[in-house]
Amino acid sequence: MYHSIVLVKQVPDTANITGNVMQEDGTVNRAKLPAVFNPEDRVALEMALQVKDQFGGTVTAITMGPPRASDVLRECLYMGADQAVLISDRKFAGADTLATSYVLAEAIKRIGGYDFIFGGRQAIDGDTAQVGPQTCEKLQIPQITYLEEILSIDGRTVTARRKIEGGYEVVRSPMPVLVTVIKDAAEPRPFSARRVMAYKGAKSLMEIEKMAEGNSLLYVDQLVHEYESRELFIKTLTMDDLKLEPERCGVAGSPTKVFKVESVVLSGGEHEMIEPTKTGLGRLIDKLMDDHILG
Amino acid sequence: MSTTSSDVWVFIEQRDGKPADVSFELLCKGRKLAQSMGGSLKSVVMGEHLEGLVGETFRFGADEAMVIDHPALRQYRTMPYGRILSDLVRTHVPRIVLFGATIIGRDLAPRVASATRSGLTADCTDLQISDVAYLRKDYKKLLLQIRPAFGGNIIATIITPDNPVQMATVREGVMEMHAMGNPVAGKVTTIPYVPDPADELIQIVEQHQEENKVNLKAAPIIVAGGYGLGSKGNFKLVYDLAHALGGEVAGSRAAVDAGFVPPERQVGQTGVTVRPKLYIAVGISGAIQHRAGMQESNKIIAINTDPGAPIFGISHYGIVGDATDVIPRFIEVFRNKLK
Repeated sequence: MYHSIVLVKQVPDTANITGNVMQEDGTVNRAKLPAVFNPEDRVALEMALQVKDQFGGTVTAITMGPPRASDVLRECLYMGADQAVLISDRKFAGADTLATSYVLAEAIKRIGGYDFIFGGRQAIDGDTAQVGPQTCEKLQIPQITYLEEILSIDGRTVTARRKIEGGYEVVRSPMPVLVTVIKDAAEPRPFSARRVMAYKGAKSLMEIEKMAEGNSLLYVDQLVHEYESRELFIKTLTMDDLKLEPERCGVAGSPTKVFKVESVVLSGGEHEMIEPTKTGLGRLIDKLMDDHILG
Repeated sequence: MSTTSSDVWVFIEQRDGKPADVSFELLCKGRKLAQSMGGSLKSVVMGEHLEGLVGETFRFGADEAMVIDHPALRQYRTMPYGRILSDLVRTHVPRIVLFGATIIGRDLAPRVASATRSGLTADCTDLQISDVAYLRKDYKKLLLQIRPAFGGNIIATIITPDNPVQMATVREGVMEMHAMGNPVAGKVTTIPYVPDPADELIQIVEQHQEENKVNLKAAPIIVAGGYGLGSKGNFKLVYDLAHALGGEVAGSRAAVDAGFVPPERQVGQTGVTVRPKLYIAVGISGAIQHRAGMQESNKIIAINTDPGAPIFGISHYGIVGDATDVIPRFIEVFRNKLK
């Protein structure tokens, strides 16, 4: 029996950026980007579910993000996570990886009792690969990054293969351990239709608050209680719940700042067009030969 | 703001005593950064039997080498390396610490940044020193950490204004590497290895590494193909042209994903960064991710059916046409010239 915590993130779909997403000042209009489940985090969840399938135990998916990040938590429930936790607070906004890892590490300490922490190697919006190791450092546990495959789990020891440049290495680590997985480590399972039916109504505290807004007959506490009893409550942790130091959260806790953002401008225009004829290509090749580039 | 030093540190990465090129690239860049701040450049060398490697760091501009040489450090492992480097950073408070954005660098740098609560920027493609006005405050000689973001669609400049230590990982191949004209043997500071039980938590059971047979970075001529070629069969034209010109074959990420060309030949943001004498881009539209890996090439020829393809914007010569038509003719004309 192993308890796994999976770190997931909702990210803008940077793979499908189209013209109207880029604004004239070179910044990105995030509102125009669809929000998706970070692909490698989905692989991380699959790995955790496989550990559970084989050895029993539980899987808890957690995310730090705005209220709408509950979408990815519901997807975690659809795939098979036992529990989902949303860590959300306006004061977390603008966090860099250091501030994010502080919040995640404190939330993980609160959840406690874990054997594995799984996360994707990196998220497609920032591509930093920093949050996993930084969270891990704060928990003072070992890490296996770039994990390709878990080879064996034996008692409190895990043996795994991780990618290195031009090859791989096999490492052995005690638990608890944090692993970050690469895209090819596993094929995420599809949603279970039964679980979609069961959990599509799952709601976080913010979503319940929104429901109660403008309806004087609904009380948040009562609703939370009701959702909890039906196992449809997405546990929600705020800065106060976690008793965090405000100066280590959000913008205040982030040593790195975005100073400038530019869209990529093409220098171009000065290129010479070559006719794809024998004469045109001949002239080009002559030029390259004269410059000692060819020949 | 308490700035205690103007020193630049470069973490020297090695596997089995073989250093990573990016470490030397960073020494060359680090030297310039240190000069513009009036500080010195220090290499941090960890491993076993490091004499030769330490000397190499002087050849690439280090003023001083901080050396931790011990059998327990023979292979890179997160825990001892992270702990030792974090302790050194806490004690000496360098102004800048640079790592290669390699698997080792990306495993180590975040641990050290977290332990020392330093700012860390990943995958930089350029670094500069500049005075900065930020939120109505003036900062002297900050490190501008320039990196692509949002899947390469924007270029962000990141600063670490109020923190004593600025850390960055830097992509391989983007900084130029050249040994010093007259290198001076620098100071060697030996730091004793003091074991810690946590160092041994993770054991390396085995390691397999193959020397990359493809060395795109060293190739003077590269012919690269993209998804626009449409099929693996058409991609053979890229091999034909490379063969005729004596060049190496490369591909865009889309071509790699489509299985036209193996991943070790990928040029671009998630592949290799190259700067050959001649780069011929065939059927590559020229997404920023690809351009990031080849735009420093000396001469660029683009062959594309779409005259509006962004690749033409950074090319020196553009040929609008179908590769299946243009490449055989190119080869024929070239062969005739050689006769």
